[in-house]
Amino acid sequence: MSKLKPPVSDYDQSIGDPGSPIVLVEFGDYQCPHCGHAHPLVNRLLKEKGGEFLFVFRNFPLQEVHPASRAAAHVAEAAGLQGKFWEMHNLIFDNQDLLDDEGIFADFANQLGLDSEQLMRDMDSDDIQEKVATDFESGIRSGVNGTPTFFINGTIADYERTYESLMKMIEDAGQ
Amino acid sequence: MAEILQKGEKAPSFKLYATPDQKLALDELKGKNVILAFYPADWSPVCSDQMALYNEMREFFAKLNAQVIGISVDSKWCHLAFGDNRKIKFPLLADFEPKGQVSKLYGAYNEAEGQSRRALFVIDAEGVVQWSYLAPDGINPGADGIVEALEKIGNDK
Repeated sequence: MSKLKPPVSDYDQSIGDPGSPIVLVEFGDYQCPHCGHAHPLVNRLLKEKGGEFLFVFRNFPLQEVHPASRAAAHVAEAAGLQGKFWEMHNLIFDNQDLLDDEGIFADFANQLGLDSEQLMRDMDSDDIQEKVATDFESGIRSGVNGTPTFFINGTIADYERTYESLMKMIEDAGQ
Repeated sequence: MAEILQKGEKAPSFKLYATPDQKLALDELKGKNVILAFYPADWSPVCSDQMALYNEMREFFAKLNAQVIGISVDSKWCHLAFGDNRKIKFPLLADFEPKGQVSKLYGAYNEAEGQSRRALFVIDAEGVVQWSYLAPDGINPGADGIVEALEKIGNDK
Protein backbone atom coordinates (compact mmCIF):
# COMPACT_ATOMS: atom_id res chain seq x y z
CA MET A 1 0.00 0.00 0.00
CA SER A 2 1.41 3.35 -0.99
CA LYS A 3 2.07 5.78 1.85
CA LEU A 4 1.95 9.55 1.83
CA LYS A 5 5.46 11.05 1.82
CA PRO A 6 6.09 13.44 3.44
CA PRO A 7 3.24 13.56 5.98
CA VAL A 8 0.88 16.55 6.12
CA SER A 9 2.41 19.66 7.69
CA ASP A 10 1.91 23.42 8.00
CA TYR A 11 3.39 23.75 4.51
CA ASP A 12 0.18 22.24 3.10
CA GLN A 13 -3.02 24.01 2.07
CA SER A 14 -5.72 22.67 4.35
CA ILE A 15 -9.36 23.25 5.27
CA GLY A 16 -11.74 21.63 7.76
CA ASP A 17 -10.92 20.69 11.33
CA PRO A 18 -7.18 21.11 12.00
CA GLY A 19 -7.52 19.19 15.26
CA SER A 20 -9.14 16.12 13.70
CA PRO A 21 -7.25 12.82 13.61
CA ILE A 22 -8.84 12.15 10.19
CA VAL A 23 -6.86 13.68 7.34
CA LEU A 24 -7.89 13.40 3.68
CA VAL A 25 -5.32 14.42 1.06
CA GLU A 26 -6.03 14.91 -2.64
CA PHE A 27 -3.35 15.09 -5.32
CA GLY A 28 -5.00 17.06 -8.08
CA ASP A 29 -4.49 18.87 -11.38
CA TYR A 30 -6.68 21.92 -12.07
CA GLN A 31 -7.07 21.00 -15.74
CA CYS A 32 -7.76 17.31 -15.23
CA PRO A 33 -11.42 16.49 -16.00
CA HIS A 34 -11.50 13.73 -13.37
CA CYS A 35 -10.40 16.25 -10.73
CA GLY A 36 -13.10 18.58 -12.01
CA HIS A 37 -15.55 15.74 -11.40
CA ALA A 38 -14.23 15.12 -7.89
CA HIS A 39 -14.23 18.79 -6.86
CA PRO A 40 -17.97 19.23 -6.09
CA LEU A 41 -17.94 15.83 -4.38
CA VAL A 42 -15.15 16.94 -2.04
CA ASN A 43 -16.92 20.23 -1.38
CA ARG A 44 -20.13 18.40 -0.52
CA LEU A 45 -18.15 16.22 1.87
CA LEU A 46 -16.63 19.34 3.46
CA LYS A 47 -20.08 20.84 3.81
CA GLU A 48 -21.58 17.74 5.40
CA LYS A 49 -18.62 16.36 7.33
CA GLY A 50 -16.14 19.25 7.40
CA GLY A 51 -16.25 19.38 11.18
CA GLU A 52 -14.94 15.84 11.35
CA PHE A 53 -11.83 15.85 9.16
CA LEU A 54 -9.04 17.93 7.69
CA PHE A 55 -8.77 18.21 3.90
CA VAL A 56 -5.44 18.91 2.19
CA PHE A 57 -4.87 19.66 -1.51
CA ARG A 58 -1.47 18.93 -3.06
CA ASN A 59 -0.67 19.91 -6.63
CA PHE A 60 0.09 17.28 -9.23
CA PRO A 61 -0.07 19.16 -12.55
CA LEU A 62 0.59 17.17 -15.74
CA GLN A 63 1.54 20.17 -17.78
CA GLU A 64 2.39 18.44 -21.07
CA VAL A 65 -1.18 17.19 -21.43
CA HIS A 66 -2.74 20.09 -19.49
CA PRO A 67 -0.85 23.23 -20.55
CA ALA A 68 -2.51 25.59 -18.04
CA SER A 69 -2.37 23.21 -15.08
CA ARG A 70 0.88 24.42 -13.57
CA ALA A 71 0.04 28.12 -13.96
CA ALA A 72 -3.32 27.42 -12.31
CA ALA A 73 -1.53 25.71 -9.42
CA HIS A 74 0.75 28.73 -9.06
CA VAL A 75 -2.21 31.12 -9.09
CA ALA A 76 -4.05 29.21 -6.38
CA GLU A 77 -0.96 29.09 -4.18
CA ALA A 78 -0.30 32.80 -4.83
CA ALA A 79 -3.90 33.61 -3.86
CA GLY A 80 -3.12 31.76 -0.62
CA LEU A 81 -0.55 34.46 0.20
CA GLN A 82 -3.48 36.89 0.17
CA GLY A 83 -5.53 34.52 2.32
CA LYS A 84 -7.76 33.21 -0.44
CA PHE A 85 -6.34 29.86 -1.50
CA TRP A 86 -9.62 27.95 -1.21
CA GLU A 87 -11.66 30.69 -2.87
CA MET A 88 -9.27 30.62 -5.85
CA HIS A 89 -9.14 26.81 -5.79
CA ASN A 90 -12.93 26.69 -6.10
CA LEU A 91 -13.10 29.40 -8.75
CA ILE A 92 -10.51 27.62 -10.89
CA PHE A 93 -12.30 24.27 -10.74
CA ASP A 94 -15.67 25.90 -11.35
CA ASN A 95 -14.26 27.48 -14.52
CA GLN A 96 -12.06 24.60 -15.58
CA ASP A 97 -12.93 24.91 -19.27
CA LEU A 98 -11.75 28.54 -19.39
CA LEU A 99 -8.22 28.05 -18.06
CA ASP A 100 -6.52 28.37 -21.44
CA ASP A 101 -8.07 31.82 -22.00
CA GLU A 102 -5.74 34.80 -22.04
CA GLY A 103 -6.03 36.98 -18.95
CA ILE A 104 -8.28 34.54 -17.12
CA PHE A 105 -6.21 34.56 -13.93
CA ALA A 106 -6.26 38.35 -13.63
CA ASP A 107 -10.01 38.09 -14.13
CA PHE A 108 -10.24 35.56 -11.28
CA ALA A 109 -8.13 37.85 -9.07
CA ASN A 110 -10.52 40.71 -9.69
CA GLN A 111 -13.55 38.54 -8.97
CA LEU A 112 -12.05 37.65 -5.59
CA GLY A 113 -10.98 41.21 -4.82
CA LEU A 114 -7.29 40.29 -4.79
CA ASP A 115 -4.37 42.54 -5.65
CA SER A 116 -3.94 41.29 -9.19
CA GLU A 117 -0.44 42.70 -9.80
CA GLN A 118 0.84 41.21 -6.58
CA LEU A 119 -0.74 37.89 -7.50
CA MET A 120 0.99 37.84 -10.89
CA ARG A 121 4.35 38.61 -9.25
CA ASP A 122 3.83 35.97 -6.58
CA MET A 123 2.85 33.22 -8.98
CA ASP A 124 6.27 33.46 -10.64
CA SER A 125 8.18 33.68 -7.36
CA ASP A 126 10.66 31.01 -6.28
CA ASP A 127 8.62 30.20 -3.18
CA ILE A 128 5.46 29.42 -5.12
CA GLN A 129 7.30 27.48 -7.83
CA GLU A 130 8.99 25.48 -5.11
CA LYS A 131 5.69 24.76 -3.34
CA VAL A 132 4.16 23.28 -6.50
CA ALA A 133 7.33 21.34 -7.36
CA THR A 134 7.50 20.00 -3.79
CA ASP A 135 3.89 18.85 -4.02
CA PHE A 136 4.60 17.11 -7.32
CA GLU A 137 7.68 15.36 -5.93
CA SER A 138 5.68 14.26 -2.91
CA GLY A 139 3.15 12.72 -5.31
CA ILE A 140 5.85 10.81 -7.15
CA ARG A 141 7.35 9.48 -3.92
CA SER A 142 3.91 8.54 -2.63
CA GLY A 143 3.17 6.43 -5.72
CA VAL A 144 0.63 8.78 -7.31
CA ASN A 145 0.11 7.54 -10.88
CA GLY A 146 -2.61 9.91 -12.01
CA THR A 147 -5.13 12.40 -10.72
CA PRO A 148 -7.08 12.63 -8.59
CA THR A 149 -5.41 10.33 -6.04
CA PHE A 150 -6.63 10.40 -2.44
CA PHE A 151 -4.84 9.41 0.77
CA ILE A 152 -6.70 8.87 4.01
CA ASN A 153 -4.56 9.13 7.14
CA GLY A 154 -1.44 8.62 5.06
CA THR A 155 -2.53 5.55 3.08
CA ILE A 156 -3.67 5.55 -0.52
CA ALA A 157 -7.46 5.24 -0.72
CA ASP A 158 -9.92 3.63 -3.08
CA TYR A 159 -11.69 6.47 -4.87
CA GLU A 160 -14.39 5.23 -7.23
CA ARG A 161 -15.43 8.58 -8.71
CA THR A 162 -18.42 8.72 -6.35
CA TYR A 163 -19.43 10.75 -3.32
CA GLU A 164 -20.08 7.50 -1.46
CA SER A 165 -16.50 6.31 -1.92
CA LEU A 166 -15.21 9.59 -0.43
CA MET A 167 -17.67 9.39 2.45
CA LYS A 168 -16.57 5.81 3.11
CA MET A 169 -12.94 6.96 3.49
CA ILE A 170 -13.95 9.38 6.24
CA GLU A 171 -16.26 6.90 7.95
CA ASP A 172 -13.77 4.02 7.89
CA ALA A 173 -11.02 6.28 9.23
CA GLY A 174 -13.28 7.40 12.08
CA GLN A 175 -13.92 3.89 13.34
CA MET B 1 5.34 -17.18 -18.76
CA ALA B 2 9.01 -16.29 -18.44
CA GLU B 3 10.21 -14.33 -15.41
CA ILE B 4 11.34 -10.79 -16.00
CA LEU B 5 15.06 -10.11 -15.56
CA GLN B 6 16.03 -9.56 -11.94
CA LYS B 7 18.49 -7.41 -10.03
CA GLY B 8 22.11 -8.25 -10.73
CA GLU B 9 21.54 -9.56 -14.25
CA LYS B 10 23.26 -7.97 -17.22
CA ALA B 11 20.81 -5.94 -19.30
CA PRO B 12 20.69 -7.47 -22.80
CA SER B 13 21.81 -5.01 -25.46
CA PHE B 14 19.47 -3.95 -28.25
CA LYS B 15 19.11 -1.50 -31.08
CA LEU B 16 15.61 -0.40 -32.09
CA TYR B 17 13.98 2.37 -34.08
CA ALA B 18 13.35 5.48 -31.98
CA THR B 19 12.19 7.57 -34.95
CA PRO B 20 11.31 6.54 -38.51
CA ASP B 21 14.94 6.89 -39.60
CA GLN B 22 17.01 6.55 -36.44
CA LYS B 23 17.82 3.65 -34.17
CA LEU B 24 18.82 3.85 -30.52
CA ALA B 25 21.11 1.27 -28.90
CA LEU B 26 21.28 0.61 -25.16
CA ASP B 27 25.10 0.81 -25.41
CA GLU B 28 24.83 4.47 -26.46
CA LEU B 29 23.51 5.25 -22.98
CA LYS B 30 26.48 3.76 -21.07
CA GLY B 31 27.43 6.08 -18.23
CA LYS B 32 23.78 6.91 -17.55
CA ASN B 33 21.15 5.10 -15.58
CA VAL B 34 18.39 3.89 -17.87
CA ILE B 35 14.74 3.32 -17.03
CA LEU B 36 13.24 0.83 -19.48
CA ALA B 37 9.47 0.91 -19.40
CA PHE B 38 7.89 -1.89 -21.46
CA TYR B 39 4.17 -1.31 -22.00
CA PRO B 40 1.44 -3.14 -23.90
CA ALA B 41 0.40 -0.56 -26.49
CA ASP B 42 0.30 3.06 -27.61
CA TRP B 43 -3.10 4.73 -27.20
CA SER B 44 -4.56 2.46 -24.51
CA PRO B 45 -5.63 4.74 -21.63
CA VAL B 46 -3.54 3.30 -18.81
CA CYS B 47 -0.28 3.26 -20.74
CA SER B 48 -0.90 6.82 -21.79
CA ASP B 49 -1.15 7.93 -18.21
CA GLN B 50 2.02 6.02 -17.40
CA MET B 51 3.95 7.59 -20.28
CA ALA B 52 2.42 11.00 -19.48
CA LEU B 53 3.66 10.67 -15.91
CA TYR B 54 7.23 9.80 -16.97
CA ASN B 55 7.06 12.67 -19.44
CA GLU B 56 6.46 15.11 -16.58
CA MET B 57 9.33 13.57 -14.65
CA ARG B 58 12.09 14.03 -17.23
CA GLU B 59 13.82 16.78 -15.23
CA PHE B 60 13.50 14.78 -12.05
CA PHE B 61 15.01 11.71 -13.73
CA ALA B 62 17.78 13.85 -15.22
CA LYS B 63 18.79 14.96 -11.72
CA LEU B 64 19.26 11.27 -10.91
CA ASN B 65 21.40 10.85 -14.06
CA ALA B 66 18.69 8.74 -15.64
CA GLN B 67 17.12 8.54 -19.08
CA VAL B 68 13.65 7.02 -19.47
CA ILE B 69 12.78 4.94 -22.52
CA GLY B 70 9.42 3.43 -23.46
CA ILE B 71 9.21 0.18 -25.46
CA SER B 72 6.22 -1.51 -27.07
CA VAL B 73 5.59 -3.62 -30.16
CA ASP B 74 3.95 -0.69 -31.95
CA SER B 75 5.65 0.43 -35.16
CA LYS B 76 7.87 3.50 -35.45
CA TRP B 77 5.09 5.34 -37.30
CA CYS B 78 2.59 4.54 -34.58
CA HIS B 79 5.05 5.79 -31.95
CA LEU B 80 5.59 8.97 -33.96
CA ALA B 81 1.86 9.74 -34.03
CA PHE B 82 1.38 8.79 -30.39
CA GLY B 83 4.40 10.78 -29.23
CA ASP B 84 3.26 13.87 -31.17
CA ASN B 85 -0.28 13.59 -29.86
CA ARG B 86 0.76 13.25 -26.22
CA LYS B 87 3.84 15.50 -26.52
CA ILE B 88 6.07 12.69 -25.28
CA LYS B 89 9.60 14.02 -25.06
CA PHE B 90 11.57 10.83 -24.46
CA PRO B 91 12.31 7.96 -26.86
CA LEU B 92 9.62 5.38 -27.62
CA LEU B 93 11.26 2.33 -29.16
CA ALA B 94 9.56 0.02 -31.65
CA ASP B 95 10.03 -3.66 -30.74
CA PHE B 96 8.32 -4.38 -34.01
CA GLU B 97 10.55 -6.56 -36.22
CA PRO B 98 11.14 -9.30 -35.27
CA LYS B 99 8.10 -8.65 -33.16
CA GLY B 100 8.74 -8.56 -29.43
CA GLN B 101 12.35 -9.75 -29.71
CA VAL B 102 13.73 -7.34 -27.10
CA SER B 103 10.71 -7.73 -24.82
CA LYS B 104 11.39 -11.49 -24.85
CA LEU B 105 15.05 -10.94 -23.88
CA TYR B 106 13.84 -9.15 -20.75
CA GLY B 107 11.11 -11.69 -20.01
CA ALA B 108 8.61 -8.94 -20.68
CA TYR B 109 6.61 -10.41 -23.57
CA ASN B 110 3.06 -11.68 -23.39
CA GLU B 111 2.85 -14.45 -26.01
CA ALA B 112 -0.93 -14.83 -25.72
CA GLU B 113 -1.63 -11.15 -26.41
CA GLY B 114 1.32 -10.58 -28.72
CA GLN B 115 2.40 -7.47 -26.85
CA SER B 116 4.87 -6.36 -24.17
CA ARG B 117 3.98 -6.78 -20.54
CA ARG B 118 3.99 -3.76 -18.24
CA ALA B 119 7.51 -4.27 -16.91
CA LEU B 120 9.94 -1.72 -15.50
CA PHE B 121 13.72 -2.03 -15.34
CA VAL B 122 16.24 0.34 -13.78
CA ILE B 123 19.64 -0.31 -15.36
CA ASP B 124 22.77 1.30 -13.90
CA ALA B 125 25.55 3.10 -15.77
CA GLU B 126 27.44 -0.18 -16.20
CA GLY B 127 24.48 -1.89 -17.86
CA VAL B 128 23.38 -4.05 -14.92
CA VAL B 129 19.74 -4.39 -13.86
CA GLN B 130 19.41 -2.86 -10.38
CA TRP B 131 15.63 -3.10 -10.01
CA SER B 132 12.76 -4.62 -11.92
CA TYR B 133 9.02 -4.74 -11.45
CA LEU B 134 6.14 -6.35 -13.30
CA ALA B 135 2.81 -4.54 -12.98
CA PRO B 136 -0.58 -5.99 -13.89
CA ASP B 137 -1.43 -5.03 -17.50
CA GLY B 138 -4.23 -2.67 -16.49
CA ILE B 139 -2.42 -0.83 -13.71
CA ASN B 140 -0.13 2.16 -14.07
CA PRO B 141 2.71 1.39 -11.64
CA GLY B 142 3.60 5.03 -10.99
CA ALA B 143 7.19 6.05 -10.38
CA ASP B 144 7.95 5.68 -6.68
CA GLY B 145 9.75 2.35 -7.17
CA ILE B 146 11.87 3.80 -9.96
CA VAL B 147 12.89 6.81 -7.88
CA GLU B 148 13.80 4.65 -4.89
CA ALA B 149 15.94 2.38 -7.09
CA LEU B 150 17.72 5.34 -8.70
CA GLU B 151 18.43 6.95 -5.33
CA LYS B 152 19.81 3.67 -4.02
CA ILE B 153 22.21 3.53 -6.98
CA GLY B 154 23.29 7.10 -6.17
CA ASN B 155 23.83 6.29 -2.49
CA ASP B 156 25.76 3.06 -3.10
CA LYS B 157 28.37 4.84 -5.21
